[in-house]
Amino acid sequence: MPDDDAAALEQADIAEERAQFAHTTIAGELLGRRKAVEALADVPHEPGVPKPDPILVADGIVRRFGGLVAVDVAHAEIQRGSITALVGPNGAGKTTFFNLLTGFDQPNEGKWSFNGIELKGKAAYKVARLGMVRTFQLTKALSRMKVIDNMALGAKDQKGEHFWAAVIPGIWRRQEQSIEAKADGLLARFKLDTKREDFAGSLSGGQRKLLEMARALMSDPDMVMLDEPMAGVNPALTQSLLGHIMDLREQGMTVLFVEHDMDVVRSISDWVIVMGQGKVIAEGPPDAVMSNPAVIDAYLGAHHDKALTDTGESLSFTEPE
Amino acid sequence: MRPRVASWLAAMAAAVLMLLGIGGVAAAAPAAGASGQVGGVSSLADTPLADDDSAVAATEVKGVVTDPNREPIAAVQLDVTNSEDVTDPSGTVIPAGEFTATVETKDDGTWAVPLPGGGRYSVTIDTGTLPEGIGLADPDQDTRTVNVLPEKSGTVLFRTADGENGGGTAGRSTLDRALQLTVDGLLFGLTIALAAIGLSLIFGTTGLTNFSHGELVTLGALTTYFFSSIVGLPFVLAAAVAVLVCGLLGGVQDKALWGRLRKRGTGVIAMLVVSIGFGILLRYVYLFFFGGNTRQFNAYAGQAGIQLGPVLVTPKSMVAAVVAVAFLLATAFWLLRTRSGKASRAISDNPALASASGIDVERVINRVWIYGAGLAALAGIIYSLNNGVNWFQGFQILLLTFAGVTLGGLGTAFGAIVGSLIVGVMIQVSTLVVPPELKNVGALLILIIILLIRPQGILGRRERVG
Amino acid sequence: MDWGNILGQSITQGLGVLAVIYALAAIGLNVHFGYTGLLNFGQAGFLAVAAYGLAVTIVVLELPLFVGVVIGLLAAVALALLLGIPTLRLRADYLAIVTIAAAEIIRLLVRSVTLRDIFGGSDGINAFANEFFSYSPFSAGLELGPVRLSQNDLWVVVVGWTLVALSCLLVWLLMRSPWGRVIKAIREDEDAVRSLGKNVYFYKMQALIIGGVLGSLGGFIFAVGFQSVQPDSYATDLTFFAYAVLILGGAGRVMGPVLGAVVFWFLLVFIDGTLAQLVQNGTITFIRTDQVGQVRYWILGLSLMLLMIYRPQGILGDKKELALDAR
Repeated sequence: MPDDDAAALEQADIAEERAQFAHTTIAGELLGRRKAVEALADVPHEPGVPKPDPILVADGIVRRFGGLVAVDVAHAEIQRGSITALVGPNGAGKTTFFNLLTGFDQPNEGKWSFNGIELKGKAAYKVARLGMVRTFQLTKALSRMKVIDNMALGAKDQKGEHFWAAVIPGIWRRQEQSIEAKADGLLARFKLDTKREDFAGSLSGGQRKLLEMARALMSDPDMVMLDEPMAGVNPALTQSLLGHIMDLREQGMTVLFVEHDMDVVRSISDWVIVMGQGKVIAEGPPDAVMSNPAVIDAYLGAHHDKALTDTGESLSFTEPE
Repeated sequence: MRPRVASWLAAMAAAVLMLLGIGGVAAAAPAAGASGQVGGVSSLADTPLADDDSAVAATEVKGVVTDPNREPIAAVQLDVTNSEDVTDPSGTVIPAGEFTATVETKDDGTWAVPLPGGGRYSVTIDTGTLPEGIGLADPDQDTRTVNVLPEKSGTVLFRTADGENGGGTAGRSTLDRALQLTVDGLLFGLTIALAAIGLSLIFGTTGLTNFSHGELVTLGALTTYFFSSIVGLPFVLAAAVAVLVCGLLGGVQDKALWGRLRKRGTGVIAMLVVSIGFGILLRYVYLFFFGGNTRQFNAYAGQAGIQLGPVLVTPKSMVAAVVAVAFLLATAFWLLRTRSGKASRAISDNPALASASGIDVERVINRVWIYGAGLAALAGIIYSLNNGVNWFQGFQILLLTFAGVTLGGLGTAFGAIVGSLIVGVMIQVSTLVVPPELKNVGALLILIIILLIRPQGILGRRERVG
Repeated sequence: MDWGNILGQSITQGLGVLAVIYALAAIGLNVHFGYTGLLNFGQAGFLAVAAYGLAVTIVVLELPLFVGVVIGLLAAVALALLLGIPTLRLRADYLAIVTIAAAEIIRLLVRSVTLRDIFGGSDGINAFANEFFSYSPFSAGLELGPVRLSQNDLWVVVVGWTLVALSCLLVWLLMRSPWGRVIKAIREDEDAVRSLGKNVYFYKMQALIIGGVLGSLGGFIFAVGFQSVQPDSYATDLTFFAYAVLILGGAGRVMGPVLGAVVFWFLLVFIDGTLAQLVQNGTITFIRTDQVGQVRYWILGLSLMLLMIYRPQGILGDKKELALDAR
């Protein structure tokens, strides 16, 4: 399986990458990061803890599949302007929780709000319009469409997307030009400008991840939800992808992402929420969480035969998917 | 109570005899008038190239109406009209529908209508003028289209039946009729279920929505007809050979066509379209070699029913039901207890995982094809016991098979069985309320309604996004 | 061999009424399947409701032609809504099964004895196109080399190809717009489109309606072109052949269905005529004259298979683009 190779490769390159992270983070003195860290400094390290300025608040979310309880989150809050990592062993309910928050699945119980707006029962597209945009674990690049069309699709409130207006180009042509200009700017930022006219299906895995993220930004979201942004990405691209995620925070967006690689989590996230068997079992800044016995138990319990390697100063959890 | 017990015993005895292949009881009566439908159903408008409009006299359409025991029926009304433009001997063109004639059968059951010229005509039998207790074997087929060549006579026959399918249930109490229809529906549902299992398992394991599955059903009936009526094997033996042959041909079909497409990485929608083309090809190959007529199996063409309480059942239907249930149980055993059966369910669940855990996926799929095709063949044979053999019968019930599979939940074998039984019963019982000609409409409507309430089907599961 | 006659017939049919009907049916399917990725197997139903809407309005309700057209169009929209509401939220296969079922329901209803007073049973409704032909500007038929069209057919064909041209224009305008971009994106991955804030269900419904209405234009031409509506003309085969036409020409291309329809009917009639003559003059002995039509379907079925396997992009498609298709 190619993903195995990718995971192995990533692991091999970990030490090298870490050195690079250290360089960028220290050199930058990032304002957004400092704000997020300061805001979260006094928050206790316990599951379901309230945050000073939450953008997303979830209460009593339960999702059952037949007899199996996939998600059972009593309370969770995401701090505005922070990068929050959602981690946990396979089957912990991370992606299901993601789907519930973004309206791609509906919970059996519970309610949640975004920017103070109740999202219960809201369709996925409405959630996205409110400013909470997600990406997917298996990248959903629109293969048989050009990169630029992929980008343009992300823009909100397009006049030409109404049926009757579509037939009359005069109505939407000017808006279309400004959308393309914006798309070109983002493509340049994500170094995809040379691929503008290519079919998205011809891009590499990492480029697709970048495209998906850039496309999500076309709608100027308040919050970006990334489901395993690093999965299947060539190590050479991981670096720039991480840079882009940190960039989102600097621009005032909130990021929630699912990730397995603890080095990635440690290097970019301000806060970590750990899920195990559908529940939130721990919360806190990366270092505190990784030394939490409950977290190590959860991983060991689910992965007694999988790699749990001590790489010197930190634990690194890697999961071959 | 005594007569009822006696009839039960008689039925059981009949069943056992027929299972042994003796079938003596069955020889009660041959079919009433093997159907004389000329020309297949073709919805593609004809594109006449060499229209011969030099029609001369003596062009006519004729036929004979008899009851299931081949006794002629008099005073039955039939309407004849031209369904395309025809030219009369003087050269005048008569537009479609302009020529009409009504005729009554004579005492010997015969009727004839002289026609203005060669062409396609449609003949409708007025079922209201049939005697009490007799209806059409297939109530949908009250109108036949016939292509009459100039100076020739075309023949149109309507197959009648009592009790089982036709209007024969009229005049009995609603409860009795409901019971009768439920039993009929279960028999029909079992037939669909046999066809549905293969369709569902193949969908589950390969993702193929197989629009040529109906042709596997037809093949079963055709090969049985070949072995019994042409080679001359006893019917039960011919049927057994047919099921085996069709099963193997199913395996060959998978190896030669679908397996290769999977290897090439052909998408499921592309394969679906391929199956449509393959179905068209097979249907017209069947038509070419078998002809457009509906023919009966010699052995059990017509058969008197046995009264079981309020329910009238023919021995052949009972045997068919027993055989169908036996095969369904065997399938369940295969799926739940055997290695390859369990493997096939694992593949339906998650092909990549199944492959990774050492299952030889292609081998299991091929076996699914063999069993699925064999069961479909059996469905065709059972269907033909009551409805005769024709070249498009599988295509006729394909939609109902899909309905059963969808109702049960796409890709689950047990769902397919449950769904098919529901479809079968629904179709028959709905005739309590709707005219028999619209019975399939009711079933298909119910399919749509159930999908509204429970989109994943009765036994299906929901999918996860992302 | 009378090649002149065969070619003349083939060209006439390739440009004739049937080609128009299938072009319109396939243009509708192109919006459904080619652009949106909707598996509509009930296109015959859209043609049927339009044709019957027209015929019933004129014959039973005794209203003028244009009212019939409006009623036919409304019926097509209503059918799209009926089909779409339960199924467009479900997986693609469900739409396929529900649409094929719905088309059969329509056929069984209009051919039923119960409703014979309205729909004419299995004979259908005939001779209602007088008003349509009264608008014809043509006083004679057309004889242009091998192409021969009667006066009436000429009018039908002119109106038909005009409708085809307008439909193509509409599809072209739509598909180059942001609306078309959303539609094509839904074909690629509807969850991705949803995650970008587009109401996928609504767009799919719009596409289903548009494709159905475009197909229903084919139903009108079918009705007036043959001056007759018959239930069995609207069986599942019609939908299957419309798919063959679409895939032959190239799905997801504006002109694909048109080219497909012309080539399809040209080849079908050409093969038919050639075979018939070969049988008549004794070159082919294993086929009887009345079996020629059957052999033609072998070729049709086989070509559909081979086309889908070896050239799924059709005549106009781009192989590289299709290779990206993950389905």
